[in-house]
Amino acid sequence: MSYKTGEIPLNQQELVDEYFMEYRAMLLAVAAYLDRMDRSEMNAEDDFRVKAFRASLQELTSDETGRVERIQMLLSDNDTTLMDERDVQGAYGAFNPESRTPATEEVS
Amino acid sequence: MQYIDMHAHMVSRATNDYKMMSMTGCVAVTEPAFWAGFDRVSVDVFEDYFNQLTDFEPKRAAKYGIQHYTWLCINPKEAEDRKLTKEVLDIIPKYLDKPNVLGIGEIGLNRVTRNELESFKDHVKLALEYDQPIHIHTPHLEDKWKGTRVIVDTLLAIDGVQPDRVMIDHAEEHTIDFILGNGFWTGLTLYPTTKASYARAIDMLERYDNDRIIVASACDWGPSEPVALPNFIFEARRRGHEEDWIRKVVFENPKQFLSHSPKFKLPETLTTLKLNA
Repeated sequence: MSYKTGEIPLNQQELVDEYFMEYRAMLLAVAAYLDRMDRSEMNAEDDFRVKAFRASLQELTSDETGRVERIQMLLSDNDTTLMDERDVQGAYGAFNPESRTPATEEVS
Repeated sequence: MQYIDMHAHMVSRATNDYKMMSMTGCVAVTEPAFWAGFDRVSVDVFEDYFNQLTDFEPKRAAKYGIQHYTWLCINPKEAEDRKLTKEVLDIIPKYLDKPNVLGIGEIGLNRVTRNELESFKDHVKLALEYDQPIHIHTPHLEDKWKGTRVIVDTLLAIDGVQPDRVMIDHAEEHTIDFILGNGFWTGLTLYPTTKASYARAIDMLERYDNDRIIVASACDWGPSEPVALPNFIFEARRRGHEEDWIRKVVFENPKQFLSHSPKFKLPETLTTLKLNA
């Protein structure tokens, strides 16, 4: 996957001045969610969503641009193998390796 | 600013939403056939649904000066049922001459199963047989990358598919590159929580030069926003974009893609509103 850059009208200082408050709030929301998880009964440390979330948090601290694509892929099924039949209608937000029937055929 | 919402499931919305959309500049919507929130039990229900999409809904929209168009199919969530899919495919051709039917959609994949893929191919063949543009849904969340890959690879392997007549919708940062790179149109969906935010949609538009990209609300029966496009316009202005740049995304691009159907025409004037008809 290539990473394309594009010109944006605002410079970094303008982005800080305009958006810092919004993203500060989002940052604190994530921190508070993690603290809330710590305070609750510990029974989901092996949940595939928690694992994917923690892996994504590591990616957030990367200095390399393209963080959003890399986090999207951490949350994705990276295999194009077809499922033999539908399991559920909805999606979970992160890939659960144990949710799928065994791979039997590659998609060409 | 006038805008076209290329993806809005208006059968799920209240009439007040048409009013809000009209008041904020909406001149046209296109409504792909979709999942009702439950699996329908027979082809008769699809007859009712297609009649609603091609008769009742355009009349309801017209009262607010909005041109209503639609796309027909059995959606990916129900396409696992091959028998029902074949029955629905059989009735679609008789609706294709209706004045507001633009093509086949939103077809695609959901959990990326064998049956879903076969049903997807059947729809593509139907579209090619009747020379219809195609509107494609890509899967949600963790299934998006996988499903989009399979869709693109499948389309590239089918003779007769013209990528510039195909919109592959609900792109995100990890799928937009190979959709556009293979010549297809794509859509960025301004849908809370599970798809693109206004800010992320603008990021992608900046990076990909806003050609062959359309933004839409995909408003439906879920927590969604029928006036997502005016919110997007506001955010793009806040980001410093010029009016022409924004208008290209919300008006000129959808107009260009939708004009692949000769039926797509915008209202000549908005002065014919009949608010209480």
